[in-house]
Amino acid sequence: MDATILASAAINGLLLGGIYTLVASGLTLIYGVLHIINFAHGSMLMLAMFGVFYLLTLLGIDPYLSLLIMVPAMFVLGYVLYKGLIGRLSSGKDENILLVTLGLSILIENLALMFFKGDSRTIQVSYSDRMVELGSTLVPLPKLISFVVAMVICIALGLFMRRTDIGRAIRAVAKERVGARLVGIDVERIYAISYGIGLATLGAAACLLMPIFYVSPTIGHVFVLVAFTVVVLGGMGSFLGAVIGGLIIGLTESFGGLFLGESLGQIGISLIFILILLFRPSGLFGARQ
Amino acid sequence: MNSTLKPVPWKLHLAVLAVAIAFPFVFPSNFMVNFGVLALFYAFIGQSWNIAGGFAGQLSFGHVAFFGVGAYASTILQIRFGFSPWVGLPAAAIAGALVGGIIAVLSFRAGLKGSYFALITLAFAEVLRIIANSVDITGGGLGMLIPMKPGAANFQFAERTGFYFLILALAAGSVALAEWLRRSRFGAQLAAIRENEDSAKALGINVFNEKVKVMLLSGAIGGMGGCFFAQYFLYIDPLIVFGTDKSVEMLLVSMIGGAGTVYGPLVGAVLLALVSDGTRALTQIQGLSLALYGALLVVIIAYLPNGLIDLFGRWRKPARGKR
Repeated sequence: MDATILASAAINGLLLGGIYTLVASGLTLIYGVLHIINFAHGSMLMLAMFGVFYLLTLLGIDPYLSLLIMVPAMFVLGYVLYKGLIGRLSSGKDENILLVTLGLSILIENLALMFFKGDSRTIQVSYSDRMVELGSTLVPLPKLISFVVAMVICIALGLFMRRTDIGRAIRAVAKERVGARLVGIDVERIYAISYGIGLATLGAAACLLMPIFYVSPTIGHVFVLVAFTVVVLGGMGSFLGAVIGGLIIGLTESFGGLFLGESLGQIGISLIFILILLFRPSGLFGARQ
Repeated sequence: MNSTLKPVPWKLHLAVLAVAIAFPFVFPSNFMVNFGVLALFYAFIGQSWNIAGGFAGQLSFGHVAFFGVGAYASTILQIRFGFSPWVGLPAAAIAGALVGGIIAVLSFRAGLKGSYFALITLAFAEVLRIIANSVDITGGGLGMLIPMKPGAANFQFAERTGFYFLILALAAGSVALAEWLRRSRFGAQLAAIRENEDSAKALGINVFNEKVKVMLLSGAIGGMGGCFFAQYFLYIDPLIVFGTDKSVEMLLVSMIGGAGTVYGPLVGAVLLALVSDGTRALTQIQGLSLALYGALLVVIIAYLPNGLIDLFGRWRKPARGKR
């Protein structure tokens, strides 16, 4: 096979992986700290994407500028959602909270269906069709931007977790919640903040995705299994794992499509998910449980 | 958990059966019979989920895997090889049980439980959907159309009541199975596994075997549900019979009605059918009924972990244990 086709598939895969990384980093943070699996992740991303869509179509705000609105908005949504609902129910079995987040995602998706109808929407911005040359491959500019910004956000998130007091408190709670409480950390508040940050990453991902993707009420399904695969592959709770996992999954999807065709090509992600869970459930970088 | 361990008195079984048999004679319109068929159909596939998810506590997000395999097994046998759908029904059960067994052996060997088991079942269903979408024998993404040839020998009844009594028989069988689980040693072992796997093991229960067995049973029911679906609607495609929506509906009807109870799936299914027909009659807005159902799921988990059926239990006199 032609080397340029392979190179172009690799580049496209990596660029796609950047977004997956960003979506998965929120999921892995929520799991790492709260030990809950947030099944509503996909539908929250959908909600944020509709937010970006309407900010552009109704108010004329550029999707990248929307980062300044969507990130805090999604953080607040997550914080309130945790305080009002998820936190109250998350003490029981882990299946229960999985079911609660499933119920939430059903609710949100179908509300979206009621208000936005079933069809998919795309946006058009001046730079939509601008191409950039990367080596021998032509890449759409918005895709490149999305990758770079996604990586910057992931690094910023990593620094935030290491350097700030709140970041340290989050890590302390993730490691040892009783100990964290004993040294005076408000654990419930940290939970809510973590859930908020988890959703804030989706706000960012939505802004980066809208110029290159479409939105529909069921768009969350596209991302939910992918995000879980990235997280499981990298190791639940591991940021570095989410980055590496995201890139691997991006490449898998891109090469799968190239070698197996559009339909069968999607099978790679689900297979990786199954194989990892069966044979190495701690993932590449996760701590053994 | 008291209410879930109590066997259902046989008088109640008879009463429910009598109402179900009388239903199409009291409401003979096509609309109402169709309503009855769909309610019983959801009760039936909900029971498939309930046996694994409710009785044995093995929560699954991918139960549609069995449903879809059953739908394709019977339809492929019929269209590509000319077998009667009456052969397709047991074939669908076997195919569903096989897939249930394979998923169970792989996942339970690896020690997956709780949320992880739920997620891996979802991935298995996805894999099956993608395969069905990509190979020739299933007709790929175009799906398969079953030719219309009315006749009971052909599984196509001229009157909808034919379908009604068929699905009633299947649903009644699934209720009988659930009631047997409630009373049998096997069911008690499953309840022990559901409540605490480690202590079940300590009691000498072969946890792995019992869990695989229940998935075989659950898969067989799901597979038959798929066969019925294909014959009733005469069309299947990968997204319809392997889509997440069906998995979610199977889970919803039994969780909302009451997971781990004999009549939970029926209560949930009747409610689902009422809500979806009701909202369709009132408005043309898509999504309203499932939105209500999603909200109901959250409420149920928060306040009524044993499902709506608990509400009946509360106003009925507490256990007159007859063992």
